Amino acid sequence: MPQGIRDRAAVAGVGCTPFGERWDDNAPNLLADACFEAFDDAGIQPGDVDAIWVGSLYPFTGLSGGIAVDALKLFGKPATHVENFCASGLDAFRNACYAVAAGICDVALACGVEKILDQGSAGLPTDILGAHPVMGSVSAPAVFALAATRAMEAWGWTREDLAAVAVKNHDNGSDHPKAHFRRQVSVDQVLGAPCIAYPLGRLDACGVSDGAAAVVVTRPEIARDLAHKDDFCWVKSVQLSVHTGWPVYKSDFDYLGFPATRQAARQAYEEAGLTDHRDQIGLAEVHDCFTITELLNIGDLDLCDQADAAAFVREGLANVDGETPVNASGGLKSFGHPIGATGCRMIYEVTRQLQERADGRQVKDASFGLAHNLGGQGSAVAVAILGANDTGPTV
Amino acid sequence: MDAFIAGHGAYVPPWRLPREQIAAVWGGPPVPGERAVAGRDEDTLTMAVEAALDCLSGLDTDSDAIDAVFFASTTPPYAEKHAAASVAAVLGCRRDVITTDVTDTLRAATSALRLAAQAVQGGSARTALVVASDARIGEPDSLSEQMLGDGAAAVLVGDTGAVRLSESAAVAADFLGPWRRTGESLVRSFEGKFETEYGCRRMLVEATEAVLERAGLRADEVSRFVLAAPDPRTARQAGGAFGYDSGEPHDDLFLQVGFTGAAHPLLCLGATIEAAVAGERLVLAAFGEGADAFVLDVEAAETRREGWRGVAGSIARRGSGGVYGDYLKSRELVEQVPSEMRASPVTYQRDLPRELPLIGARCESCGLVQYPGGRVCDGCGAYRSLVEHRLSRRGRIFTKTLDHIDQNCYLTTPIPRAVIDLDAGGRIFLDVTDCAPDEVETGQPVELTFRLFHDGGGYHNYYWKCRPLAQEV
Repeated sequence: MPQGIRDRAAVAGVGCTPFGERWDDNAPNLLADACFEAFDDAGIQPGDVDAIWVGSLYPFTGLSGGIAVDALKLFGKPATHVENFCASGLDAFRNACYAVAAGICDVALACGVEKILDQGSAGLPTDILGAHPVMGSVSAPAVFALAATRAMEAWGWTREDLAAVAVKNHDNGSDHPKAHFRRQVSVDQVLGAPCIAYPLGRLDACGVSDGAAAVVVTRPEIARDLAHKDDFCWVKSVQLSVHTGWPVYKSDFDYLGFPATRQAARQAYEEAGLTDHRDQIGLAEVHDCFTITELLNIGDLDLCDQADAAAFVREGLANVDGETPVNASGGLKSFGHPIGATGCRMIYEVTRQLQERADGRQVKDASFGLAHNLGGQGSAVAVAILGANDTGPTV
Repeated sequence: MDAFIAGHGAYVPPWRLPREQIAAVWGGPPVPGERAVAGRDEDTLTMAVEAALDCLSGLDTDSDAIDAVFFASTTPPYAEKHAAASVAAVLGCRRDVITTDVTDTLRAATSALRLAAQAVQGGSARTALVVASDARIGEPDSLSEQMLGDGAAAVLVGDTGAVRLSESAAVAADFLGPWRRTGESLVRSFEGKFETEYGCRRMLVEATEAVLERAGLRADEVSRFVLAAPDPRTARQAGGAFGYDSGEPHDDLFLQVGFTGAAHPLLCLGATIEAAVAGERLVLAAFGEGADAFVLDVEAAETRREGWRGVAGSIARRGSGGVYGDYLKSRELVEQVPSEMRASPVTYQRDLPRELPLIGARCESCGLVQYPGGRVCDGCGAYRSLVEHRLSRRGRIFTKTLDHIDQNCYLTTPIPRAVIDLDAGGRIFLDVTDCAPDEVETGQPVELTFRLFHDGGGYHNYYWKCRPLAQEV
């Protein structure tokens, strides 16, 4: 592997709007709220930002770097719109880290936003994504239902196993002040919800939400002079893996997980220098767009053996007080999934956990936190690993 | 050169609507039996493709051997843009195939049959495919709504075959009934004896007499009279004029399918050939502003291959389609809010050559069969190593879901969608049709079926779906 990004960039500040049905706000306002929270958190001024990467998926949210520049009135700054399906947010973070690690920028802003509810709340619009007139027509839940069908057959997973993910994540998110769905659900409620794509029901899916999140990335030596000089987080690795967008046409795609996650995770562990990642990863925010997706992610990230992921959750190993807390925030299940924002929201969450600022859901003794953002039909996956302040070079 | 029917095929949509269900809505007495209904994703082109594929599946004839394709219908999918070229494209016919639509009359199929026979007899074609398909719409709360049925039939005409096309005759007579003006979708009819007796029966008899005279035959030298009429009584009466009193094949078709318009003569002919033995002589006649009539000699039993259905097999293949309300919606007989579907004539046109005949790719480097093809191999990454490869239309379900969301709308009855490993290689993703959603299982064998997807862009967007093979009766 090339030199890698380990310890060459730092998270100096994070911000996140409340996610939800934000009828009264537009995308620029949400993005501004998240970014100014991050500026305050880092202790910088907007003008300190050297460059911006902003993630969003839908053209109705906005196009071009102007999504951020217009929202923040940072006219003249270099700004790039990042689109990589649902992984757009974490890919924006990757780009910002690269700019800082390369020494081109002192301060880079990664942010993301999506304003979905302006288009209705029936689910993610899929008809405007430039699809083929007749080929490959499928809803988002159906994509993951195809995998659920396989996992249930291959490994004997049940709908109850899937429901356990929803129960855990809604429990975690029930008192998170920025989550959209702040209520607990029972297994029976999950199983009894209307079917959306068999074997997935409505409560196997994350909600449709608006929101924005932002991350201030700097060189570590600069972070030492900013607001979180004693508890900024180290960027240990940021990896992106893009596999086929059309697994439904690939004869060797087994649907028992997603190769993009496996590859990004493998590279991320190596880049971060983690030799025993199952033991070292202290928490993981993973892309639980659907319950089945979280179970597959846990296996693909090798937090346990793939077939054991259902038992891993069922036996509480993924709980906030478990061996490897997964989605201690409540995940996409509780927050909803404003596409472009989610990746940066994960960094927001991991950072605050590593800084021990996660009131009410604080995991214990986490040195390394992982964020996993998955897009398309498992097509584009970004994995980032952050280290707590005491994991960095002491110089 | 003599012309023969080298084989035939049929397609009756699996959706059958009991006539009593229609009658119960309007309060009238039901006609017995049920009628076949083309599904929302079917039209006369997709049904024609089914019948044509069935026809060819029974034979050794390859689509490359077809010199001419005739499409016959009174309800073609387009007013301007003929369907025969689409049929030829789906079958993968040669670029120089002759394509012609014969439309606007109930005897379109027999007129097309005559053209095909004449092409073979005259030597301009060795093999010509005639495919007839109709989905006429009767006015709600009318007798014809119950009597009509949807379906398609195909015959392959060649210079050899089991059934000789020995003689033909035609009668032209301007006659009002049934009719539709340009732009109208509901069949108009002056119901009663004027149409059935003075019109249909009289013309069938006249054309039959003419063909017998031309062939120098007496009526008692014919073993079966296949005189296609809109109702079984008129058909029986027409045959009765020649001392023939069998109700077959008309009674069965009527009870299980309905009167299938331009497709009806060929469905009747197919059913008759399936029942006939070598040495029988048939008369086939069809009515429509006059009538066509043929003498056919069954010289040998048809050879039939595995997978061929014919008329009896098509009728036996039943599936769920919905209730009368679904029929009304599918024929746009009730007003609904239209949804805008994605469409691009350029994409569609570019992809037609591979999507319609279901052509994938095979890598000359690593041998992997894949779909869709492109510049770079899925398996080994080689550039420009792919050659066109005809995919199998059968396969097995690898994984599946029941999708309740389509075009951002929640559906109470979900659409089954499945990842399918095709026999002999390639993987494809298709909707599953013609079955109850909960019947779809992984590992299940399926066959592909050509369907209408949507009308985005103001034109018909066609592609493939699949249906379980397990429901085969």
